[in-house]
Amino acid sequence: MAISTLASASSSALGALGGNRAALAGLGIVSVLALAASLADWLPLPSPVEMVPQRRLVGPNWGMPLGADAFGRDLLSRTVYGARLSLQVAVTSVTAALAAGTLLGLAAGYAGGRLDQALMRAMDVFFSFPAVLLALGIVAALGPSPSNVVLAIAVVYTPIFARVVRGPVLALKEREFVEATRALGASARRIVWRHILPNLVSVLVVQTSIALSWAILTEASLSFLGLSAQPPAPSWGAMLNEGRQALELAPHLAIFPGLAIMLAVLGFNLLGDGLRDVLDPRQRA
Amino acid sequence: MRRYLAKRLLSLVPTLVGVSLLTFLFLRLIPGDAIAVRLGTSTVLSEHQLAELRSYLGIDQPLHVQYVRWVGSLLRGDAGYSIRTGQPVVTEIAARLPVTAELALGAALVALGLGLPLGVLSAVRPNTTLDLAARAFGLLGLSLPNFWLGTLFVLLFARYFRWMPNTGGYAGLTQDAAANLRFLLFPAVTLGVAMGAVVMRTTRSAMLDVLAADYIRTARAKGLAAATVIHRHALQNSLIVVVTILGIQVGYLLGGAVIVEEIFAVPGIGRMLLNAIYQRDYALVQGAVLVVAVLFVTVNTLVDVAYGYLDPRIRFQ
Repeated sequence: MAISTLASASSSALGALGGNRAALAGLGIVSVLALAASLADWLPLPSPVEMVPQRRLVGPNWGMPLGADAFGRDLLSRTVYGARLSLQVAVTSVTAALAAGTLLGLAAGYAGGRLDQALMRAMDVFFSFPAVLLALGIVAALGPSPSNVVLAIAVVYTPIFARVVRGPVLALKEREFVEATRALGASARRIVWRHILPNLVSVLVVQTSIALSWAILTEASLSFLGLSAQPPAPSWGAMLNEGRQALELAPHLAIFPGLAIMLAVLGFNLLGDGLRDVLDPRQRA
Repeated sequence: MRRYLAKRLLSLVPTLVGVSLLTFLFLRLIPGDAIAVRLGTSTVLSEHQLAELRSYLGIDQPLHVQYVRWVGSLLRGDAGYSIRTGQPVVTEIAARLPVTAELALGAALVALGLGLPLGVLSAVRPNTTLDLAARAFGLLGLSLPNFWLGTLFVLLFARYFRWMPNTGGYAGLTQDAAANLRFLLFPAVTLGVAMGAVVMRTTRSAMLDVLAADYIRTARAKGLAAATVIHRHALQNSLIVVVTILGIQVGYLLGGAVIVEEIFAVPGIGRMLLNAIYQRDYALVQGAVLVVAVLFVTVNTLVDVAYGYLDPRIRFQ
């Protein structure tokens, strides 16, 4: 029953999303980025790390629409491959946070009592650090690399998912349909997975979209500070930072990677706003 | 109210202990140690000399001993010494905290100056060009990476127009107000735009909710001027939500200050923290992170208390 409800809710939500122009624009931006990132190897692009000294700092032209960087590397190719890294980090970290946060939120909300208290106080400690600072601290401690950035973003976002899930679980576990299932002898695990979790889908979908936009921005920030992918790997934040060294000679080096980051974040923000309007109209911004 | 305040302040204690533990453990996770990073590969020390240095810095002790010593130094009021400069951490932080506080305050003013009027106008005139423009600002402001906006500002206003110093820096407000403005205006705008977008979206949403309430219809029906209804009834009630968001955004300001100070070379606590991280200056990183976290928690508690004061229902829950 829960699954068929879920399917019909998803199809009606998708239908409503179709009528939301901003959300469609967001979906369009995200789809183009995801396609470019996954098909990068098959696109007619030069290698993102191939250095050609003769074309150092060349501006945008027909042959190279975004120009070349200080080492003569093609900026379009680096931007497309940068999208791959950015999306990989964002999707992996948010998936991990979604899984861990949902589990913790379900456990805290459904079990209640001391477990709830202990988990929520632990989460409060994580909430005491500004998010970017927490991510920065974790990456600084573990060393600069994309996999550590994934871990840092996951650690920062897990308490947010946990808190987002716990609230509705507290309300749902008191509802009649859950009590009825309990009276019929269903186990706690079955109640949580089959009856409570499906009711959290809309909240989680909206939060995931917002989390993805934040993850892209955070990965780019850490990469800008030299704490994500190391040279010569293409990464948007690092490319922007390299561009700062030749700001007057070749402003395109700082402009295009920044534009790419902004578009990706905007795409997920638009999609998140649209999904919230459709799935949770009370929270409409 | 006094009981509510005491309860809120008491609930801070376990959180602050947790914060100090996590802050302490952060840098202890690092493979390698501070001395190796400080000396790099240029200086070769014998094992005996390394052991002596570690003992001098206290990093050869078990973790719990190091933690107790650190908490002791916090209570003594020096918070340990920076490995890089040899100065007490408290002195290093105290010299930079006012700079970051001024930057954060400036950014908050920019955010309120942009976000509040845009949010109100957007809610009062829904579906007009003004509303569309305000909503576009709300979305773009949220999506603009502050390090990109900062870089573009440097390109435009330092390199091309030369309105701000190319090298960055800081001058105290009381010493040289004009120089202070030149140094901090663009960093504050850079940091404030995203927060302004959040304030705009929150104000708009809260105003739309309030404007649909029955008491607003009553106020209009009894013939009050539109401006009075918006100012006295709608805006004042919406502000409660905006105040809460401001508290949460303080975290964004303190985190964002790390990047913005780096771009504009502002000598605040964020830039100091970043350099301390690169140089594994344990004591300084711990001190700075702790100060930022404590500030964040304190401001949020104050906002909670203010919220309870503004809306008595909260206190009795």
